[in-house]
Amino acid sequence: MTSNQCTKPDEPATPCSNCSGQCMPAPQVETVDVSRRSFLKNTGMLSISSLLGTAALMTNSDDAKANMEWAEWFQGNYRLMSDAEKAQARARLERRYSREYGKRVTVDGTPALEGVLFGYALNIKKCIGCRRCAKACVEENNQSRSKEEDMEWIRVLKMEKGEYSPEKRNEGFPEGLGIQVGGNAFNPVGVMLEGEHYYQPDKVPEQDSVYMPIACMQCENPPCVKVCPVRTTYREADGPVVIDYNWCIGCRMCMNACPYWARRFNWSEPNLPKEQMNPVTHYLGNRPRMKGVVEKCTFCIQRTRNGRYPACVEVCPVGARKFGNLLDPNSEVSRIIARKPVFRLKTELNTNPKFFYYVD
Amino acid sequence: MDKITHFVFDYLSETRLLREVKRILGDKVSQFVLDYVFYVVKGGLAFYAWIFFLFGLIGCLLYGDFLHATEGLTYTGMTSQVSDGLYLANLIFLVGIAAGAVTIVFPAYVYHHNALHKVAVLGEMLAISAVIMCILFVLSHMGRPDRLWHMLPIIGIYNLPYSMLAWDTLVLIGYLLLNLAGGFYFLYRKYLGLPLNDKFYLPLIYISIVWALSIHTVTAFLISTMPARPMWHHDMMPIRFIITAFAAGPSLIILIFLIIRNRTRLWIENEAIDMLSHIITYCLGIALFLSFSEVVTELYHDTEHSLGLKFLMFGVQGLDDLVPWYWGSLAANITAFLILLTPRLRKNYYILPIACILAFGGIWVEKGMGLLIPGFIPSPIGEFSRYLPTTLEILVTLGNWAMGFLILTILLKGAIGVLLGDIKYGKAMSVNNLDAGSNAPASMPESA
Repeated sequence: MTSNQCTKPDEPATPCSNCSGQCMPAPQVETVDVSRRSFLKNTGMLSISSLLGTAALMTNSDDAKANMEWAEWFQGNYRLMSDAEKAQARARLERRYSREYGKRVTVDGTPALEGVLFGYALNIKKCIGCRRCAKACVEENNQSRSKEEDMEWIRVLKMEKGEYSPEKRNEGFPEGLGIQVGGNAFNPVGVMLEGEHYYQPDKVPEQDSVYMPIACMQCENPPCVKVCPVRTTYREADGPVVIDYNWCIGCRMCMNACPYWARRFNWSEPNLPKEQMNPVTHYLGNRPRMKGVVEKCTFCIQRTRNGRYPACVEVCPVGARKFGNLLDPNSEVSRIIARKPVFRLKTELNTNPKFFYYVD
Repeated sequence: MDKITHFVFDYLSETRLLREVKRILGDKVSQFVLDYVFYVVKGGLAFYAWIFFLFGLIGCLLYGDFLHATEGLTYTGMTSQVSDGLYLANLIFLVGIAAGAVTIVFPAYVYHHNALHKVAVLGEMLAISAVIMCILFVLSHMGRPDRLWHMLPIIGIYNLPYSMLAWDTLVLIGYLLLNLAGGFYFLYRKYLGLPLNDKFYLPLIYISIVWALSIHTVTAFLISTMPARPMWHHDMMPIRFIITAFAAGPSLIILIFLIIRNRTRLWIENEAIDMLSHIITYCLGIALFLSFSEVVTELYHDTEHSLGLKFLMFGVQGLDDLVPWYWGSLAANITAFLILLTPRLRKNYYILPIACILAFGGIWVEKGMGLLIPGFIPSPIGEFSRYLPTTLEILVTLGNWAMGFLILTILLKGAIGVLLGDIKYGKAMSVNNLDAGSNAPASMPESA
């Protein structure tokens, strides 16, 4: 993949270095036209067209971008590509991203690890609601930034502890009839999934609150995968549910089907400043997305498949987040599941999440 | 105007391209197409005004779809919480209209209802337009319409049998093809003055009747198979969809029939309209009963799963955007039902259209936004938010409807021409025949 790094993104003469690659002038229009036309003549000639793209790139011509984008548009579903096609698709993206973001971007393609099934455990008692995980996730995974609100895959729900009050003991209903059918002597107590996730306190943790971070639960039986009409989202053998962003048609059925509100849609072209872009990416993970496609947490596939922890696990200041291999009885997650009281969210929906909450 | 169109057609028919097309299609078919088109583009001032009005709205649609394609769906009111809106709501409703066309075809061919039998092809034309509108709404709704080819057979992938959306696409396209085949086969034979080949035609009709049920059933499954959205996760959904479709569909058909009766020389008999208003009465009654059952079942113990319905009916946490729509649609449906229930009012063709408009509008709200939005509010994590369609979204929606009505106008006008015998093989247009439109044929009843 390094062999493709011939774009010289830092060279000042390259006109795209300051304009995010969008407004690239095309001095050799003829060349573009010819290659594009020949391309359209036979859409099966994918490899030839991308060779043309590479050739054009070698000569440091700006037309290459047009070729690369066309080839990208014609590529098939990642899961069904041959290894060579996969490598080609990744190389194509590396070239484009490197140009667009003005730095060397790698697009990893490490396949599912043998003998591994990733699982996650979160100590709900320890979480202080600081939301460093959500921030770290955005920085790691190249989500779209905006002034109002970044696109976050992790949301932390703040839930009031609630209370029973003695003075409301008699406030049953119907009122005044003597015989009560029900009571009102409570404020919300132990309410699940009706949390507030826009809280802005001066200090965390707040006295009267408990926090419950949520993200994709990487279900073993994911409803979102079932509904996808084009199988662009699927479960990988080592656990995470991933999306081929290049195959997604943007129908958003998966967003409707997800019971955990874990999926996000790019309503416009994502805004990812060059200097904030994380250049270490995975094809199925944190590579920059395009407008009109859905994205989600992948357990930081670009990190975890290379032996690192997910960004949220690494950043958690209280050690509430644990990650590991469910198939290894000695991993942290397996031991937590074996020894602590654990629960999962909405298991009644037959989703079978690999995201466990626990207390100790 | 006629002379100009005629000149243009004469000129065009001499071009090489058209001659080539003629050679491929054969003489009869190409003559049918030419006669059909020539008949359709002729019309009075009101007709052209209507077409230009529709074109104006279609302009909005093109502009909106252009923005969607280039900038993404950011100009819509949809959010991470409410990820589907006006487009999907209209899509769901229009699948119902397409299925509702079967209320003409079914009595015509299964119960041999004479009056409906004569105009059954108009129902097929309505079905074609409605399905095309559905497809247009899908295109507006998709984040990446340029990747639609990912759903094509062979070069794309179909997630069968799992994805309901894949099934829905299949049945919708199938229904479109069935109606195109059935409708235009009928018109073509009628054009040639030949009898229908029942061995070919009747199976087509019976399949399309069952198929009509399937398209709306699958649309209901599309959203009812999602436990993540308790508002939709009902086994009542498919029957409710079909029942409301069989109320809204014939409501539109009656309105169209009354317009045809008053504005063209095609006379649609009272029996046809009465049959349809009967169907609406039954279906609307059942629809109201199902709504009532839902309210009692959901609100009796008032679980967390009823929050969507509570939001729709009363508003929750001060968010009550949909409350007037819900009660308005309920009132419209009940009023329409009461009017239709009274034989004297139902058979009064000045009051009947009011009931039809009320039922059509009421169901559009109930089954469109009234069903879709409470599925998203509250979100699966219990968040209440707002969804307000943007101006662009409304314009695109109007544009999609305009496109549908344009197609409907063209199809109906041609079909009426064939039924009237104005478009007929051998009666090919010639300058002498140009003013035939203004002469009433013998078949026209005096009462028109």
